[in-house]
Amino acid sequence: MDFSFSEEQTLLRNSVAKFLADNYTFENWRKFTRAEPGRDVANWQHFAELGLLAASLPEDFGGLGGGAVDNMIVMEEFGKALVVEPFVSTVVVGAGMIARDGAKELKDEILPKIAGGESIVAFAFAEPKSRFNLADISTTAKKQGSGYVLNGHKAVVIGAPWADTLVVTARTAGNQRDETGVSVFLVDKKTKGVTTRDYPTVDGLRASEVTFENVEVPASRVIGQIDNGLALVERAADEAIAAHCAEATGAMKVLVDTTVEYSKTRKQFGVPIGKFQALQHRMVDMFTSYQQSVSMTLMVTLHLDEAPATRKKAASAAKVQIGRAGRYVGQEAVQIHGGIGMTDELNVGHYFKRVTMIDTLFGNVDHHLKRYASLS
Amino acid sequence: MDVSFSPEEEAFRQEVRSFIERTFTPEMRDAMGEDVRSKDSYLAWHKALYKQGWVAPHWPKQYGGTGWNVTQRYIFNEENARAETTPILPFGVSMVGPVIFTFGNDEQKKKYLPRILSGEDWWCQGYSEPGSGSDLASLRTRAVREGDHYIVNGQKTWTTLAQYADWIFCLVRTDPNAKQQEGISFLLIDMKTPGITVKPIIVLDGAHEVNEVFFDNVKVPVENRIGEENKGWTYAKFLLVNERSGIAGVARSKKAIERLKEISKAETLDGKPLIKTDEFAGKIAELEIDLTALEYTELRTLAQESKGQMAGPESSILKIKGTEVQQRIIELTLEAVGYYGYPDDRKLGDNEYIGPDYAHGAAGRYFNMRKASIYGGSNEIQRNIIAKAVLGL
Repeated sequence: MDFSFSEEQTLLRNSVAKFLADNYTFENWRKFTRAEPGRDVANWQHFAELGLLAASLPEDFGGLGGGAVDNMIVMEEFGKALVVEPFVSTVVVGAGMIARDGAKELKDEILPKIAGGESIVAFAFAEPKSRFNLADISTTAKKQGSGYVLNGHKAVVIGAPWADTLVVTARTAGNQRDETGVSVFLVDKKTKGVTTRDYPTVDGLRASEVTFENVEVPASRVIGQIDNGLALVERAADEAIAAHCAEATGAMKVLVDTTVEYSKTRKQFGVPIGKFQALQHRMVDMFTSYQQSVSMTLMVTLHLDEAPATRKKAASAAKVQIGRAGRYVGQEAVQIHGGIGMTDELNVGHYFKRVTMIDTLFGNVDHHLKRYASLS
Repeated sequence: MDVSFSPEEEAFRQEVRSFIERTFTPEMRDAMGEDVRSKDSYLAWHKALYKQGWVAPHWPKQYGGTGWNVTQRYIFNEENARAETTPILPFGVSMVGPVIFTFGNDEQKKKYLPRILSGEDWWCQGYSEPGSGSDLASLRTRAVREGDHYIVNGQKTWTTLAQYADWIFCLVRTDPNAKQQEGISFLLIDMKTPGITVKPIIVLDGAHEVNEVFFDNVKVPVENRIGEENKGWTYAKFLLVNERSGIAGVARSKKAIERLKEISKAETLDGKPLIKTDEFAGKIAELEIDLTALEYTELRTLAQESKGQMAGPESSILKIKGTEVQQRIIELTLEAVGYYGYPDDRKLGDNEYIGPDYAHGAAGRYFNMRKASIYGGSNEIQRNIIAKAVLGL
């Protein structure tokens, strides 16, 4: 049993951390999330130059031949800095799906672009009424000639305003919630009939409502097999869960560290409030929740290649842990900071908002408790 | 022992209910729902109640109260919550008003009380300072006596709606050499006095509700001091107990749970309303049960008060549980709306929300209400009060 990181992985973490410390300060984050387009456009190219986008991709297609652990390392550092760029939808979901199940031509065309920072991908899977069920799909893809025509509405597509490409789940057969009949398409956002309504999110990101009106997609843009796409989608979602768990643990670390530091300096009643045992115990509980979250993030990352049932169970377990811990650590961090934890000015509130919303992403605690139990 | 209402009390309830139905207009209701509320939107219902003589039910009749008993006041609060009327700002009517008629002199009562009742004077609370949050008695805003004035220098913070206020009631240090609690005075200060600056503090959901208030050589007439110099802590504590009793918000929380249920009927999971899933139904049940316990604890407190016994440290329980319930309701509401909790559609018009109407602002309210366990005396301080004053620890 070995939980140590390789030399390359340590180098990766250090280079990401250094870049973010220099370029992604909290003040910079505040500046560019509040101006258009909501990010510093130069960062994505820097991510490419640092090899972050290529780290987990196969060497044959411009990658560095790493895997999910590399993505975990990147996302943990990203979580510490509130990074807004859609690394998960582009690298973990988009590139991941294509690398595993894309036709060779698709791999040859798209993967080097992603690795090189030339393409940003958003994952359009949720729908207005689907809640967390990945198979609940009303967006249709009807066969037309050699290609397909898409019609429908995808909800809260995170990163879509900055994306040039969308991974879209659509129904090619069956009823709304059937597990068969789901297909996955790679759609150029500029395709005729694709409309986006862009908006900021409550935690500093950007998202879109994406509508498809008679959008023509060639057969070459199908990922995997028609009608049998759900397994791919579930795998991609579990990988995304692992990545967002890592992101959340990075954010939780900042929340714990900031709270402990604050409690050592903030004096009331003549003493630093960190001297009060009641608060000490709560900060220990915050720290414990964070450590358990690190453990579960490692656990799920190391199980992503397992058989689907095992992988799903691991992902659900981790998501439950992170959902609960994120809520607890976030709320306590604000509470122990007192009034200033409520301000827009301090960083604490923004980390609190990010971990809060990660709970919703790809299924909240209730959803994953249910999925975990159904697999037991 | 009886928890039912008498026929007279039910008749009273009807009277209040029909007054509200006649008088709380759709415009007043809509104004409350705006993301950025106007000053008038806060005052319209206050003024309507004032016209009816009902804006300060808990005040002694001689000062403009209604003369209602505790049960009638309870019914009045319930009916307002049921109709979701605009909450009356507490700073004048529930905080400084009672301090003035309890500890003020006749000139002060004549000068300030009518204008608090009418809503003509908007008050804000100058208590907390950057260095004095939970440890309020350590406050440092200084008032130096010079002839018939005090010269005030210092800074208050977390001052709710100071940007609209006409007056501020301020705890100031008049004797820096005395023991902390024994060197504090209670001053009423006109916000138009030269030397006062108000600076906004923006909170987590982007709202401008609180402020910093700076005092730079502000001249305050001595006749604006309530009671005796250096005895202000007594008046301050009296006010704090009133502040925390009002915070339980049982009736408003009952209404909020109803709204949560409506939302969880509209939200579906695999075609089934969310409220029909075991998990969510269970969570709502737990919440309702917690609220019921809070309600009966409040009723017991009210029953004691109706026998003439003042609210004691047990009101800290109402503050703790009341705010925890409020926060839990909003937490579940955010859970209920799923992905549509994500859009920040604050700046969009009514018809342009990204998701369902009820999802609009759900996340913002969740983030904003984290303040409830911090303000009014943090829930940690409330626990300290119970530990010391009730349990003798």
